[in-house]
Amino acid sequence: MKYRLVSGLETHVELATATKIFCGCTTAFGGSPNTHCCPVCTGQPGALPVLNKKVVEYAIRAGLATHCSINTTTHLDRKNYCYPDLPKAYQISQFDKPLCEHGYVELESGKRIGITRIHIEEDAGKLVHESGYTYIDYNRGGVPLIEIVSEPDISSPEEAKEYVEKLQLIMRYIGVSDCKMQEGSMRCDVNISVMPEGATEFGTRTEIKNMNSISYIEKAMAYEYERQIEVIESGGQIVQATLRYDERTGETSVMRTKEDAQDYRYFPEPDILTVVIPEEKVEEIRKSLPELPTDKLKRYINDLKINAATAKLLYKYKRVCDFAERAIALGAGVKNTVNLIVGTLYSKLETEEDKEKFALPITAESMAELVKLVDGGKVNITLAQKTLALMAEEGKPVSAYIKPEDMAGMDDGELTDVCRKAVEENPAAVQDFKNGKEKAIFALYGYVKKATQGKADIKKADEIIRKLINR
Amino acid sequence: MKSVISSLSQKLRSGEITSRQLTEKYIAEVRAQNPAINAYVHYTFEEAMKNAEYADGLIAEGKGTPLTGIPLTLKDNIATDGLLTTCCSKILSGFKPYYDATVWSKLKAQGAVLLGKTNMDEFAMGSTSESSCYGAPLNPVDKTRVTGGSSGGVAAAVCADIAAYGLGSDTGGSIRQPASFCGIVGFKPSYGAVSRYGLIAYGSSLDQIGPMTKSVTDAAIVYDAIRGVDRADGTSCSTPAGKTPLKGDVKGLKIGVADGYFDGIPAEIRNAIEDMLAAYVRAGAEIVRVSMPALKIALPVYYIIACAEASSNLGRYDGIRYGYRASGYTGVDEMITKTRTEGFGKEVKKRIMLGTYVLSSGYFDAYYKKACLIRKTVEAQLSEAFKKCDVLFAPTAPVTAFAVGYSGGNSVETYLSDVCTVPVNIAGLPAISIPCGSDKNGLPIGMQIIGKKFDDARVLDTAYFAEINNLSQTAEVEGGVKL
Repeated sequence: MKYRLVSGLETHVELATATKIFCGCTTAFGGSPNTHCCPVCTGQPGALPVLNKKVVEYAIRAGLATHCSINTTTHLDRKNYCYPDLPKAYQISQFDKPLCEHGYVELESGKRIGITRIHIEEDAGKLVHESGYTYIDYNRGGVPLIEIVSEPDISSPEEAKEYVEKLQLIMRYIGVSDCKMQEGSMRCDVNISVMPEGATEFGTRTEIKNMNSISYIEKAMAYEYERQIEVIESGGQIVQATLRYDERTGETSVMRTKEDAQDYRYFPEPDILTVVIPEEKVEEIRKSLPELPTDKLKRYINDLKINAATAKLLYKYKRVCDFAERAIALGAGVKNTVNLIVGTLYSKLETEEDKEKFALPITAESMAELVKLVDGGKVNITLAQKTLALMAEEGKPVSAYIKPEDMAGMDDGELTDVCRKAVEENPAAVQDFKNGKEKAIFALYGYVKKATQGKADIKKADEIIRKLINR
Repeated sequence: MKSVISSLSQKLRSGEITSRQLTEKYIAEVRAQNPAINAYVHYTFEEAMKNAEYADGLIAEGKGTPLTGIPLTLKDNIATDGLLTTCCSKILSGFKPYYDATVWSKLKAQGAVLLGKTNMDEFAMGSTSESSCYGAPLNPVDKTRVTGGSSGGVAAAVCADIAAYGLGSDTGGSIRQPASFCGIVGFKPSYGAVSRYGLIAYGSSLDQIGPMTKSVTDAAIVYDAIRGVDRADGTSCSTPAGKTPLKGDVKGLKIGVADGYFDGIPAEIRNAIEDMLAAYVRAGAEIVRVSMPALKIALPVYYIIACAEASSNLGRYDGIRYGYRASGYTGVDEMITKTRTEGFGKEVKKRIMLGTYVLSSGYFDAYYKKACLIRKTVEAQLSEAFKKCDVLFAPTAPVTAFAVGYSGGNSVETYLSDVCTVPVNIAGLPAISIPCGSDKNGLPIGMQIIGKKFDDARVLDTAYFAEINNLSQTAEVEGGVKL
């Protein structure tokens, strides 16, 4: 029998606010244990939480960017459970009235993964196990989180991967989180079940907790999918349970089953008043949102006529896009701009993070200046690439590398003259080429390059030479 | 009633006495009187002398306020930086916070002098202060009687003149009822008028800090010094600027009287309040009958909500970060269980269990959710009543001070004694208890004046009428610092 995989993700995203959700402590990652703490985030008796407005704003941004509706009257709730990393023995979260609801994330195929809800909550501290003792670091306690709960719309590990990547992309784009899974600023719980093809009722689900890498999510899902099918095929039943994934063995194991599920005794947080968000505020946030990645990609391909492969290399990095769009706005041609970026600048931005940050000392103004020279045929693409590489390292303007005399006069007429000379002075090569020896034309390129000290646009020279030889 | 604060303040400003001398006098009296009444559980005399020195400096510079240099006490659930704050619970034994409650930092900045922390029911859960891990305080008026609770220690200290005033906290009557039992003034401000930051929580949506004093004038002075919005407490609100005006003018005042408050009240108490009412009417006030059938169910609503919130608030006491930790455990779970088993007293455990139960899935709708709905009804009926009247008069308690040990075997009766005070907390209203005569045993009776939300000034002013017309006398006992 064939089985369909049914999965929904609960994704925790740490918000990039400067301070914690209920106190003024910094949210900076790292720091010596228990140095980013105060009476509030360590749950000292008598301390009270005060809601950080920025957190609400960031969460609304996330909600709007995922097409959610915003509950403008909402409240926080206490989720009670006892664990040493949770100093108050309750987590302040949201239960029955999340800030955002009913959104979606669109995959490249056009399929939409529904977002059930996005709510705000506080992170817990961290337990550190060392030489038989357990220590508690509360630096992370009270760092703001949003939990993004998806509908069970995900039907393969690949879709899960794309969904998580899309979420990462959106959150980074709108500046609410850096979504670094390795630093824990993004973590996923994966709900998964299987059902026979054609069935209408979902199977019993299991939940794999705390996944902190996309590739593990894929592997764990694939493993769990197979495991559940195997259980069913051998006549067994899936037990609703919370699982952990062992990265070394690649297997899932049971943390707890439904029988010992916790009763969180949710109730409204009495220390924080009902949150009322003016409609105007929501509109203000909506207006401040940048163009979202999916929209940008569509515009690059459809309106700017950038080829799909190049557009996909660009649209993920908002700063790169901002740079390119600014250069284009200043008059640089689209094609040369994007080709120079992915061809030359990307070789200086090796990692995802480099591209994300885009910290090269080059301005969009000097980029535009250079591209316009290429567009006008004043500078050939090879020279432009060399120059751009230097500009991106040294931060100097175009004029520091290309003198007016270097580019003056290299217009089409002059290039034609040089090409004519090349044909006249290399009869043997011309003959070979005429006889079908394609490579013979390189000798003519060489002549042109030498004669123009590399200024000539070889692509153009190629066109002219071919015309002259008239093969 | 005489204003202790005004009189001491005058002496300090005139130079008749320094704050240090006054503080030494109080310390000597605390040492002499406290062993018999057990009002204080932690002395902070060193802090007091430091505060006094600072106060003398302020006075010398002409920067004094009415509270500068005057010794007070704080209930043991109000956080004081570097000073024991234990909620009279074993589980917080040895706990010294590294932060001040907002009320104390406000008072300290004005040069108030802290003599010590006073006795209370463990975590403010009780009506007699007998659940304190330090043993019960005794009523200075009659030492065979309880002080009431939970702010019993403050009431006893103020009554015995071993503190000029004190701050208590009121979740279901914990300021007003002990004030009534000890024959002093206890004012519970509107919820949100005074910051709760640093008040160790019992029932967060009900808790409120307020003054316990020897006069209405004093209550207003202290209230003015501690009220106002606080950035550290998101539920706090701004209050009117300036001093609360006290005129004692009751002409045309509409006093609401609800049957619900007088049902089953002993004749002695009812008569005392009716006499007081008559005096107000003679001065031009008008009596308005109001009906609030939901008052009777306010009591179970209170116990459900307070216990639910408490069960969550007290989850943090696990022996990990502060306070008591049991010994002889093998793992963290056992450590937490043992710490709580040994650290919490019987009444606290009872309320944690009750609160946990009413929040549990399967019972949540029937108890907690229903209680929240009825809370809204109580609020609505009270605000409906306030359309017809300016204030409500009611007994503070249906009883006078219990004999020591009585409530241990009569816990339901003790719970029921909160019937007159809890509706105020449920609706977040301001209310004051002032002395209103005494019963046949010479035990003080208290009368409550309840106001509209944030109409704290009216409550104080209405009570002030009784003060200036000698209708209300605070209890006087031997010993203590006499003016």
